[in-house]
Amino acid sequence: MKFDTIIVGGGLAGLLCGIRLSKEGQRCVVISAGQSALHFSSGSFDLLNALPDGTPVRNPLAGVEELIRQQPLHPYAKLGKEKFGELAVLARELLLEAGIAVKGEEKANHYRVTPMGNLKPTWLTLKDLLACESDSHLPWKKIAIFNVLGFLDFYTQFIADEFRKMGTESSIHSFNFPVLECIRKNPTEMRSTNIARLFDKQENLEELIRLLKTESGEAEAIILPAIVGLGQDDVVEQLQEKVGKTICLLPTLPPSVPGIHTQQQLRKYFQHLGGVYMLGDTVLRAEKEGRKVVRVYSYNHGDIPFVGKNVVLATGSFFSQGLIATSERIYEPVFDLDVSFSKDREQWYNLDLFAAQPYQTFGVKTDDSFRAMYRGQAFENLYVAGAVLEGFNAMKEGCGAGVSVLSALSVAERILSK
Amino acid sequence: MNLQQHNISDNNFEQCIKCTVCTVYCPVAAVNPDYPGPKQAGPDGERLRLKRPDFYDEALKYCINCKRCEVACPSNVRIGDIIQMARIKYSKKKPKVRDFILANTDLVGTLSTPFAPVVNATLGLKPVKAILDGVMQIDHRRTFPKYAFGTFESWYKKQAEKQACFPQQVSYFHGCYVNYNNPPLGKDLVKVMNAMGVGVQLLKKEKCCGVALISNGFIHQAQKQAAQNISSIRESVVDKQIPVIATSSTCAFTIRDEYPHLLGIQNADVRDHIELATRYIYRLLSQKEIKLNFKKNTKIKVAYHTPCHLEKLGWAYYSIELLKLIPNIELTVLDSQCCGIAGTYGFKKENYKTSQNIGESLFKQIEACDIDYVVTDCETCKWQIEMSTSKPCEHPISILAKALEDRE
Repeated sequence: MKFDTIIVGGGLAGLLCGIRLSKEGQRCVVISAGQSALHFSSGSFDLLNALPDGTPVRNPLAGVEELIRQQPLHPYAKLGKEKFGELAVLARELLLEAGIAVKGEEKANHYRVTPMGNLKPTWLTLKDLLACESDSHLPWKKIAIFNVLGFLDFYTQFIADEFRKMGTESSIHSFNFPVLECIRKNPTEMRSTNIARLFDKQENLEELIRLLKTESGEAEAIILPAIVGLGQDDVVEQLQEKVGKTICLLPTLPPSVPGIHTQQQLRKYFQHLGGVYMLGDTVLRAEKEGRKVVRVYSYNHGDIPFVGKNVVLATGSFFSQGLIATSERIYEPVFDLDVSFSKDREQWYNLDLFAAQPYQTFGVKTDDSFRAMYRGQAFENLYVAGAVLEGFNAMKEGCGAGVSVLSALSVAERILSK
Repeated sequence: MNLQQHNISDNNFEQCIKCTVCTVYCPVAAVNPDYPGPKQAGPDGERLRLKRPDFYDEALKYCINCKRCEVACPSNVRIGDIIQMARIKYSKKKPKVRDFILANTDLVGTLSTPFAPVVNATLGLKPVKAILDGVMQIDHRRTFPKYAFGTFESWYKKQAEKQACFPQQVSYFHGCYVNYNNPPLGKDLVKVMNAMGVGVQLLKKEKCCGVALISNGFIHQAQKQAAQNISSIRESVVDKQIPVIATSSTCAFTIRDEYPHLLGIQNADVRDHIELATRYIYRLLSQKEIKLNFKKNTKIKVAYHTPCHLEKLGWAYYSIELLKLIPNIELTVLDSQCCGIAGTYGFKKENYKTSQNIGESLFKQIEACDIDYVVTDCETCKWQIEMSTSKPCEHPISILAKALEDRE
């Protein structure tokens, strides 16, 4: 199977890299071992919220310079300040082009609302989710929070309590329709996506509209958990228009309906551009000639190899099994690339759960062009993008999505310039 | 002391991180609220069943064994296998007479083909359908696949000598469908293989792959047939060094993966040499300089549908790439989603609605396409698509055979 570029990993980084390359006419394949971490997404994309020393960043374009000084191994340091800004703009444009409507910009973070009702800075937020400019108050005095009866992945009271601290009063409403009774038969499976399937049907949406109209009373705006819009884009617009009020979604606990929709849109766009997406396959080994990977073998395809000029590793971090931790070491399972980690296991973690955890910065070593290091030397045609990279703390620095999309686009550019 | 060693199961359900992604992509859970979904039916339930078998939930019968949960799982848990094994181990429900008839495709085919015109006409009659529905619980809205008058095997006997003359040989696992319902597909395969300089043999003894026996709960019979098939395949692969190909994606998948995973029939020594015809051809074309002689003036518009078991195998790519070789073909690849039939599942009265609801969005997508044919590697998908849409459905090998110049 001959391709220009073989991309291992089908999440945000792999797909964005594939989209960028396919747009330039490259023939790409994405091999993905199961669905990606986008299924657990908040619906927002972080670029840079804080420096490694903890200083908050309001303007990522300005803040990146100090980040590079503090953490020279950071993926953003490999891009440099100029490229960082340029690729961030490109990434936002590519998302919009793929049909993922996001709001936000690079030069000023806005605030998203967590499933617990807290405000957190972020770069881009999907258009239907609540996002605000201020870090201390919401644009309304009185809102109505609605939830499906028995849906346990959305905490209305926590949210109302947090909102009250910011000066917004909330009324809490719980609702139930006969069709919702059906999925309640399995209370443990009363999850966001199962509910969202019902609201992909117009008749159920109409029922919801009627209910929101009659029950929202004086509220200026309505808050719903992100349980609509799995299969279609314009649900919230439709609700707003028919109810006559501002309606915002808040993220739920996973699985994430907005995240799944994003994944499906990206995949669709990649395939539309001619990309081949292979789901449920695992890359097992590669054949090398000198410093080049020439053939990649997978579980499903057995003796028939993937042959490509370039290979991109975008397999994610521990959660997606791009990195595997044993009690002795941390390794990268596909190519056994060089991984940075402390030999002393006690140094992997901090006993204070909420402190920066060192293991978060462990990852695959690359040269300044994101080419993978193997036994101390860089491969000529194997690039690394996304969460599997070393040198950043997605949680503390608020840069996970940014590292994924910017490293992916940088890798794509380097491949294209060859 | 390693406490972990006491906590490891035969399957890998401990790897489940409860992310629910499997349930998101389960075609049954999406339309039938009686089915708890693969997470609960699989790894969650397994933990309880290991404690006490009476935690087994008969709702597991709604699983169609499409394996789309396994394809979606980010943690590589064999969810579908866990559910099927639980059904085999714990279900107390005895299969009905209807299930016996639906499961024994081999036996029913043998009985029907000699009287094909009569059987086909009878099965199409409304009163007969009503009886089948009332007495047997086989849904009256279902269209039955037609039986052929004379089997593929009987046709092949006359070709055997000619086929043996080719320098390169493959063994063909034709399956019940080609043998009893659609011998022309088998003939198309022979034509395509011959055009590439490959002769086609049959296995010494071929039994039904057993997929319908497994899903209907006839496990011992499935094991017996599997053992016989693997012994015939071994004779071809190991003794004669001739690889085995199939045109049915489900037969290929069952023999490669369900035999060891569900039936305990070991096939590791031959597994890599059992594959789908389109994959065999793709490999041959990429290794050898073979020029396929296509007709000049064909114009054809097709849409490819990926059957669930082919999605699991990951091999739809080969069928799609082969179709692209046909000059002037206009090819659409449909979204990979279940058509709803799931072998014998959709024939059962109690499943008809679920079956059609699962397929609904696929049918809509097909109807929206301006095409001559839907193309797919699975025979039961073909029945479902032909019954539920206005488009005819063909196997990629048949499309390829039609496009090839007839050789003298």
